Amino acid sequence: MGKFQKKRGKSTPKVSTASLPDIIFMLLFFFMVVTVLRDSELKVENNVPYATELTKLEKKSLVNYMFIGKPVKNYQAQYGTKPALQLGDKFADISEIPLFLEKHRSTVPEGQRPGINTSMKVDGDVTMGFVTDVKTKLRKSGQLKLNYSAKKRPN
Amino acid sequence: MAKNVRTAPEVNAGSMADIAFLLLIFFLVTTTIDVDKGVLVKLPPWSDEPPEDLKLNKRNVYSVLVNADNQLLVRGEPQQVSTLKNNAKEFIMNPSKRSDMSEAPNKAIISLKNDRGTSYKTYLEVYNELKAAYNELREEEAQRKYGKAFEYLDKERQREIRARIPLVISEAEPTNFGEE
Repeated sequence: MGKFQKKRGKSTPKVSTASLPDIIFMLLFFFMVVTVLRDSELKVENNVPYATELTKLEKKSLVNYMFIGKPVKNYQAQYGTKPALQLGDKFADISEIPLFLEKHRSTVPEGQRPGINTSMKVDGDVTMGFVTDVKTKLRKSGQLKLNYSAKKRPN
Repeated sequence: MAKNVRTAPEVNAGSMADIAFLLLIFFLVTTTIDVDKGVLVKLPPWSDEPPEDLKLNKRNVYSVLVNADNQLLVRGEPQQVSTLKNNAKEFIMNPSKRSDMSEAPNKAIISLKNDRGTSYKTYLEVYNELKAAYNELREEEAQRKYGKAFEYLDKERQREIRARIPLVISEAEPTNFGEE
């Protein structure tokens, strides 16, 4: 009996886990805030080239994305193998760019609109003809800030 | 009286952590923290009138042509992408005051022209090299004048250096060659 009591006296007190949910919640909120759910499935091949002079696009809400590349296998029967433009989650014609820009524009508060950037994610194998057509359309729509998306060149 | 004594039964919050864990793991899996990076350019505004013919001194123009076979022609001579940056730097600064290179850094103009059949990869590579040339020149200027890296200078000084070595890349309409 005496031995029993001695042992009990020495045992370390239990750590309270009551605050565990709070810690987890904190982590949860962190990840919820930094998460960007991928809203568009890629329907074109998109292997952006390498570059060294890169600028980070900080504010995601001020960026609209355009994907240019060859349609992936599943869509080749329907859309052919020529370079195609994907706006949002569907294939689009170059003439639909102004509307797409306007739609994105309306989601941005008025004061921040001059900072809107277009990020062009262009597959490296695409020829410049199509890219130039898109660029011309952007210029005509008054969207002059452009970002050629690229990967950092490994040394 | 009896009402006062009755208290709401306490909800067991023990499984709260599990629920939070579940959500946490979901967001952990779906998160992509990688930021979009790229080469930032500013397009010239569109105008319906054809651009007026600027009389430019030939020595100030660094013409770069990229053809449909992704070959480079720089000032009339074939060149490799790997040497483009250093040649452009020399042209812009013209340290040996040669009469066939730019009069001053702020007068130098890079003229970039490509075919419709040029691959985007090559185009971006060339653009990147030209931009790198300017960035390196600004960096060198910042080091020489202020002994500090360009990005750590204050806004005023950055603007000053940018004005001295302005990035002017003029892009001509591509020629219709080699489109698929």
